Amino acid sequence: MFFPNRKNNQGVIKFPKFEFTIGNLLFTFSIIILVITIALPMIMIIYNTFFYKLTFNWRMFGNVIFQKENIGAMVNTIKVSLFVTVFGTIIGLFFAWLVGRSDIPLKGIMKNLFTIPYMFPPFIGAMAWQLLLLPRSGYINKFFVSMFGHPIFNINSLAGIVFVEICYYFPFVFIQVSSALERMDPTLEESARIAGAKQMTVIRKITLPLVVPAIASGAMLILISSLSHFGVPAILGFSNNIFTLPTKIYEVIYKSAGSFEGIRQGTALSVLLVIVVVAALALQRRVLKFGHYEIIKGKSMRPMSIKLRGMKAPLLIICILFLFLVVVLPLFIIFGVGCLKAWGLPLVLKNMTLNSFKYVLFASQMARDSIRNSFILSISAATINMLVGTMVAYVIVKVKIKGKGLLELLAVLPYSVPGIVLAIGVILMWSGAFKINLYNTIWIILFAYIGRYMTFSMKSAAASLGQVHNSLEEASRSCGATHLESLIDITLPLIRPGMVASFFLVFLPAMRELTTSLLLYGPFTRTMGVAIYTIHEEGNTVQATALASVAITIIIMGNLILRYITRERRRN
Amino acid sequence: MDQVVLKNVTKAFVTKAFGSVTAVDKINLNIKEGECFSFLGPSGCGKTTTLRLIAGFEDLTDGEIWIGDKPMSIRNKNYYLPPENRGLGMVFQAFAVWPHLNVFENVAFPLRILKMNKNDILEKTNGALKHTNLFGLGKKYPSELSGGQQQRIALARAIITQPKVLLLDEPLSNLDPKLREIMRFEIKDLQRKFKFTIIYVTHDQTEAMALSDRILVMDMGNIQQIDTPINMYKNPVNKFVYGFLGRSNFVKVEISNGKVYPYGTRGKEIKCNIPADFNEETAFLATRPNAIKFTKDGFKTEIKKRVFLTDSMEYRVDIGGQEIRINTITDPGYKVGDTCEVILNDIKWYSTKGDISEKEREARKVI
Repeated sequence: MFFPNRKNNQGVIKFPKFEFTIGNLLFTFSIIILVITIALPMIMIIYNTFFYKLTFNWRMFGNVIFQKENIGAMVNTIKVSLFVTVFGTIIGLFFAWLVGRSDIPLKGIMKNLFTIPYMFPPFIGAMAWQLLLLPRSGYINKFFVSMFGHPIFNINSLAGIVFVEICYYFPFVFIQVSSALERMDPTLEESARIAGAKQMTVIRKITLPLVVPAIASGAMLILISSLSHFGVPAILGFSNNIFTLPTKIYEVIYKSAGSFEGIRQGTALSVLLVIVVVAALALQRRVLKFGHYEIIKGKSMRPMSIKLRGMKAPLLIICILFLFLVVVLPLFIIFGVGCLKAWGLPLVLKNMTLNSFKYVLFASQMARDSIRNSFILSISAATINMLVGTMVAYVIVKVKIKGKGLLELLAVLPYSVPGIVLAIGVILMWSGAFKINLYNTIWIILFAYIGRYMTFSMKSAAASLGQVHNSLEEASRSCGATHLESLIDITLPLIRPGMVASFFLVFLPAMRELTTSLLLYGPFTRTMGVAIYTIHEEGNTVQATALASVAITIIIMGNLILRYITRERRRN
Repeated sequence: MDQVVLKNVTKAFVTKAFGSVTAVDKINLNIKEGECFSFLGPSGCGKTTTLRLIAGFEDLTDGEIWIGDKPMSIRNKNYYLPPENRGLGMVFQAFAVWPHLNVFENVAFPLRILKMNKNDILEKTNGALKHTNLFGLGKKYPSELSGGQQQRIALARAIITQPKVLLLDEPLSNLDPKLREIMRFEIKDLQRKFKFTIIYVTHDQTEAMALSDRILVMDMGNIQQIDTPINMYKNPVNKFVYGFLGRSNFVKVEISNGKVYPYGTRGKEIKCNIPADFNEETAFLATRPNAIKFTKDGFKTEIKKRVFLTDSMEYRVDIGGQEIRINTITDPGYKVGDTCEVILNDIKWYSTKGDISEKEREARKVI
């Protein structure tokens, strides 16, 4: 075809070595950004663990990991995450089945409520449970002391950590299994019934085996998140000297007051933690390898819901109690205590005041700064990640180029790097090693956020790009548009809703971020998570809960916006 | 002897958008032993719902279902037998072959549920695999097999317990046309061998015609006609059945002084005999495209389109503003724009009353 206003319609002379194309350009940009935000910090950790003054030296690594208390922390980490994984999986599976396949009432509402813990910052949940179950001063324990003379449960224990983490991690399995059940072709179950199998047999022999991949991937998400989780053990463990690897790393660095020796110890522990996580990931690979079934097919008939009959009322009560325990009670206690005149007073109206809210929103410079910082950081990180994530995903999904594998590896790496480890890497990288010192500035936190959430935004953009068929861009080019024009006029508008969603997928977790910010903050760069944590550590419980209430309100509003956007998208 | 009996069977669904929709409306039906009986109709006509009522995946809103001399569902007595106790075989449209079990385990599943001993399971399963041309594939997993082979697994699984009644829910519609024809014969062969009663749901009239002893045409949850394939094709009871059974032309006409004119015109007359018992002022004249002939003294018109269909030539002509299709095996060689004269043969006369609105049809698509 002839396009008269095009100058280069005679064809392009190809240079043998290098071609200047959009694909190459995007690839180069992507690699540079990912190397700076992800690869270099990781390399810095490994270098500092094993090299001292430019010579290989593994002795420090050996010394650190064989210290008794560090071994104890590792054992705790593994213990906690195994318990959390097992119980979280059982609970998530049970409720997913109940909502997906039984005739329990209020399914739609319950399905939404069960995903709420997913957006609740776990460390705030831990604070709430501490207010309820501190040995002497927790509200529930006070009640039990007055009734029976002894407290019921000490939340500052390994069991307490496990309990709180289960509350916030079970939705991983719930969401995975619910969606698998929803997508599953109901005739797979019906054909078993017509073959003579009873309902229980169908569940055992057909339904469960078919959702095993969903269960496994949910369980692995719990395991990996729990292994690298910092907030809950930090809130509940420090006072009783209970450490997990992430909290131990923090403590080592905190105690050494930022000295290089402390940071080097931290790097050794980080390597250990990464080894544990990578082992879990290897396990995940193996578990997910067998059993990847096609279970979506055919015309969608509503699945037969199993009649619970006599069990309906008791199971409904269990659901409501569970939701009350996991969602309502912690929310209520955070807002309630935030309104108290002083911590320890009974939760009655005459003890209520809005002074703490006034304090954190207006009076306290530090609290106000933290809210502003969190907004600045989350919006910048989300915007940058949305753009970079889309670019990286575009190269991975749509561009044919060598070295894509490396790019993808770098982009999914942050998923397996615990936040605390990434934070150390960022410190090592940006405190002078490359002649740039960003320590104590807001920039260092931004770099950490960008690296930390890169996987989210890349995966989300890749998912929406995968739905844009290649022929759409090809059609545009056959109409005479250049690659860049097709990209701007066709592909980007089509994935815009996906990009907006990916913005929120970074914005929301960044608003509640605690782990990396806690290692990176300086005198004027506290984030909301850091502010809540430090106010709480100083013992100002009421102000801490007031600020936590503000954080929760912002997060819930953000989630509502995200839900509204994705619903609009589904309708189209 | 009657094998499957439906008495006054009714099923209503409650939907959010349209309120209560009656998917199946007071159906009475006797299916004989050893018969191959098809439910034919467009999507949303209630055929699949009726089959699922027989299978027991849905419970009745009203009526009774009997298989042999055993009740399956009786609304008045609040009696309902769950699907696993009905002793039926069933094949689904999307095959519903379990991806986590291999071919042998899929087919042997019903026997394992019956707790049969191992040797019998091995023998019977291998037998069923042979009957369905799957022998030697027992160790394979469904994902390694083609669509046709997956459907054979479903078939083998459905017949392994030698059920009296086999339910087939559009079993061939996910296969390509060639394979569809082969499988049609295989199903028929299996029936001859095992003598089960087949209830076959389809929206494909040629499939229903080729397989069935009797056909039930359904629309909007109601029975339109039950008959043998030949009788039904020759004498469709209404315009809907006529239109559903094959390629068709409908010309809306008005009748005045014993003469027939295209609706809204009083110019050229359509020459045909008005049946003695037809006394309405308007009508639909139904004809098959191959029953219209070019003649010398017919309805004068001109050729609008000409399409080569390999085994015949199709012409489109205009009859008083209504386009009709003509199929001729011997091509008279007209070009577009030529004038010609046509005569309509084998005309069926249908009333213009009681046509169903599109909105009503839409409401049924959701269930």
